[in-house]
Amino acid sequence: MAPKTKRVIPGTTLFDGDMARKGYALNKMCFSFNSEENRQEFLKDPGAYCDKFGLNEQQKKAVISLQVLDMLAAGGNAYFIAKLGGIYKLDMQDVGAQQTGVTKEEFQAKLVAAGRE
Amino acid sequence: MAKIVGGINVTHVPYIGRAIAGNLQQDAYWKPFFDGFPPVHAWLDKVKPDVAVVVYNDHGLNFFLDKMPTFSIGAAAEYSNADEGWGIPTVAPFKGDQDLSWHLIDSLIEAEFDLTTCQEMLVDHAFTLPLELLWPTRNAALRTVPICQNTVQFPLPSAKRCLAFGRAINKAIESWDSDARVVVLGTGGLSHQLEGTRAGFINKKFDLEFMDKLVSDPDWVTQYSNEDLVELTGTQGIELLNWLTCRGALGGKVKAVHTNYHIPISNTAAGLLAMETV
Repeated sequence: MAPKTKRVIPGTTLFDGDMARKGYALNKMCFSFNSEENRQEFLKDPGAYCDKFGLNEQQKKAVISLQVLDMLAAGGNAYFIAKLGGIYKLDMQDVGAQQTGVTKEEFQAKLVAAGRE
Repeated sequence: MAKIVGGINVTHVPYIGRAIAGNLQQDAYWKPFFDGFPPVHAWLDKVKPDVAVVVYNDHGLNFFLDKMPTFSIGAAAEYSNADEGWGIPTVAPFKGDQDLSWHLIDSLIEAEFDLTTCQEMLVDHAFTLPLELLWPTRNAALRTVPICQNTVQFPLPSAKRCLAFGRAINKAIESWDSDARVVVLGTGGLSHQLEGTRAGFINKKFDLEFMDKLVSDPDWVTQYSNEDLVELTGTQGIELLNWLTCRGALGGKVKAVHTNYHIPISNTAAGLLAMETV
């Protein structure tokens, strides 16, 4: 069978079957953060909590270092990663700024500018 | 038979929950968004719906990736909200309408839309916030039916499929033996992208054209594949599929009652489009 050809959209990865397979453990851990009890357990020992959900080294490293692009590369889904961000009180502008390598103020200014176009 | 009075498409950014809880509607940041709603409240007061059918997408509250139905529908007496993990206040449960749920299930499966039926269903911000925005003082008599579409894990249903699904919902509601007045909501969008190095992407030109075409020629959207729509509107902009299903559920002709469009709310272009059936 010929390899699947995927549509290339710059700066964007579609969360498809390949990503869903790759990121399952990471996303499952993040799904558990719907519970306050689990969020507290994670905060006590993030590494141990990652192990409990069977994250691989790449996923664990991305979670501990809170690097969103690395979490995405490891199969993380944006909505589930956002639940992890919530534990650290990161909002979507914090997350957007980190991923695009700008300050939060610069990221917000870019959004406002999009409204003036 | 039941009557479809119209439909309302509205954005569902979680951040709005904090603004409502904190009474920030008239703050400079929020005012251009919340000021879009009073004309729609006035229209709702006029058309007096008894039931709201809400087309939305779940973000990991009711459905995890272990089971991801393309189309699902609630068939419960009541729908509860719960902790979503990102710090927005949980709101009181909403009343269901099991008669309409089962009529929809029977009709839609007969029409070959093979839905997942849910006799228990948690509803997330994408369901609750639009209802809070449209009925700021809770209308306790309002009954609801949640219809959830997968816009999270590709492959997603196509624009063509969603429009056809909406049109099947239209036929189903119109054949419901009830004197109820029904409003259909579609929630999410418009253009936004949360993840990747393109995070913060917004496409005002496309959004405005989309809102316009949704009223006059919804089939226009079906020229685009979902990959096209992601490229044009962002990975989460694809939630416009919920708007399209809602539009399909309104049948042939509609007129716009009120529109509002404001950038940004959080990372999102916030749209509001109320339509009346004609």
